[in-house]
Amino acid sequence: MGVLETTGVDATAAAEISDPPQQVLTTPAAVALMETLQAKYGPLMFHQSGGCCDGSSPMCYPLGEFMTGDSDVLLATIEGVPFYMSKPQFEYWKHTQLILDVVPGRGGMFSLDNSEGVRFLIRSRVFTDAEIAALRAAGRI
Amino acid sequence: MSTTVVALKPGAYGFPISLRKRYDNYIGGKWSPPIDGEYFDNITPVTGQVMCQIARSKAADVDKALDAAHAAKATWGRTSGAERGRLLERIAQRIEDNLEMLATIETWDNGKPIRETMAADIPLAVDHFRYFAGVIRAQEGSIGQIDSQTVAYHYHEPLGVVGLIIPWNFPILMAAWKLAPALAAGNCVVLKPAEQTPMSIMCLVELIEDILPPGVLNVVNGFGLEAGKPLASSPRVNKVAFTGETTTGRLIMQYASQNIIPVTLELGGKSANIFFEDVLREDDAFYDKALEGFTLFALNQGEVCTCPSRALIQESIYDRFMERALKRVKAIKQGNPLDASTMLGAQASNEQMEKILSYLDIGKQEGAEVLVGGKQAHLDGDLKDGFYVEPTVFKGNNKMRIFQEEIFGPVVSVTTFKTDDEALEIANDTLYGLGAGVWTRDMNRAYKFGHGIQAGRVWTNCYHLYPAGAAFGGYKQSGVGRETHKMMLDHYQQTKNVLVSFSPNAMGFF
Repeated sequence: MGVLETTGVDATAAAEISDPPQQVLTTPAAVALMETLQAKYGPLMFHQSGGCCDGSSPMCYPLGEFMTGDSDVLLATIEGVPFYMSKPQFEYWKHTQLILDVVPGRGGMFSLDNSEGVRFLIRSRVFTDAEIAALRAAGRI
Repeated sequence: MSTTVVALKPGAYGFPISLRKRYDNYIGGKWSPPIDGEYFDNITPVTGQVMCQIARSKAADVDKALDAAHAAKATWGRTSGAERGRLLERIAQRIEDNLEMLATIETWDNGKPIRETMAADIPLAVDHFRYFAGVIRAQEGSIGQIDSQTVAYHYHEPLGVVGLIIPWNFPILMAAWKLAPALAAGNCVVLKPAEQTPMSIMCLVELIEDILPPGVLNVVNGFGLEAGKPLASSPRVNKVAFTGETTTGRLIMQYASQNIIPVTLELGGKSANIFFEDVLREDDAFYDKALEGFTLFALNQGEVCTCPSRALIQESIYDRFMERALKRVKAIKQGNPLDASTMLGAQASNEQMEKILSYLDIGKQEGAEVLVGGKQAHLDGDLKDGFYVEPTVFKGNNKMRIFQEEIFGPVVSVTTFKTDDEALEIANDTLYGLGAGVWTRDMNRAYKFGHGIQAGRVWTNCYHLYPAGAAFGGYKQSGVGRETHKMMLDHYQQTKNVLVSFSPNAMGFF
């Protein structure tokens, strides 16, 4: 926990091939927390928040609890869990890869990690030019 | 019942305060233990140590609070504005009489410097109660003569029971912003403090509990998921007021749509603070004020929805202005929040500090230049386990994520502009529109930007003033509705129209 090694997840290799890189990665601690929450609450979803207080938190809800629509982008499905962000926010975030991690603390507001003593945290990595090109070619950004 | 804490770590520092070991909920005028008996530890960000335990409430506790509020609403809603105003004035006076105690408790709970709680948080809370105690007495409906025999009466009625969800950055003040108008307007409330800062509001309630009739003010503590969500989604609240972030804001609107009730949402910002070249025309008091205006990004450790976290400096003055501005930032004294000379205290929680550090990382990755700060602050002694971040100034461009997201830390991202048009374009190139600052000696330019910036408040030659009589709220994704100002009474009321005919004659349809 805390600052986890994210280098175990190969992010840059994707740039050398034509496949676009993944837009959301997970650390082992994040996967473990997702499994804990799935066991308690069933299928999950994420919606990336913005704004004040717990803004920037990846909010985790029971699948279907949060209503998504045309104003949202499905960035990835991680371990079977959809990860959404609002379209206007994605416009400002799309040049970065998101890394779903876990730190000690309380999760934000109504997020399912709220009472676990640990919470999801988004770290980020700026995509390389080659990765951006691959994402553009694939229509992902 | 209460234990006097003389040596609350770090030491017996500051004003002596008396804390309970445990804080129950406050429901129906009584201290009410959580139904399933669970509590959680409340940690002070000053030292990272546990201060007390707080009720970990669930849906059943929220229901109990709603029962109490509904039982009280008819009587409270019928009290005169004069009576409600009198009680709010008593609350204001009680807070004012205990200013140093509440300021000290707020500092322990939140980590903010005592000089801010003494000069801003608590006096502003007093002022809000006093303001709404006054304006409710002056509120009037209207009478309209529709035609010679028909009169329309309009008057205000309370909504009934409202749910208030409070953030952790100004726990007592944000509670006051919502409580004062909601109570003045004749509503009963169920208030859920943030679980990061649940203590100071309970100390406030302890202080004023003899003033309001039972059931008018109910406070339920607990986690957002377990207590906040049942309140926000309850079909028994007539309105929800929330301060927080966008995803939860959407979720609260979604719940509100199921219950067909109104919401007020304040969801944050990314406020531009614009410095024009004419600021440097003189090296005078106004220039000094502008330099302070730049440095206000560090007020409350940057944990302010309107933090001036983007500074736009006209290119022609950039070097000269920043030389002085950085000196001002380097003079910020960071340390023990209980020390009266401390300017920058602790971030409110570990998770908040972690988030800020993640943004310092992304800022550096994106190529922003660190002009000062840029990392966690490691303080000594009792403060070593507290949550501290260095005041940080980045230079970069407005497309970087540190320019677009609310870091909620003592971090400002600086960029330059050449022309007025460019300044306006950058200022408005954001998802949010809560606040902005304009610094200029040119009156025409000041007005132009006051109108041109898409934000709910444009501070002009000032920043971070929060008078009760000025409306506060967001454009764009910063939210829905306003807070402060007498217009808030409308936000907590509904309009009753009584349409009266004086004509003895039928309309003639049937």
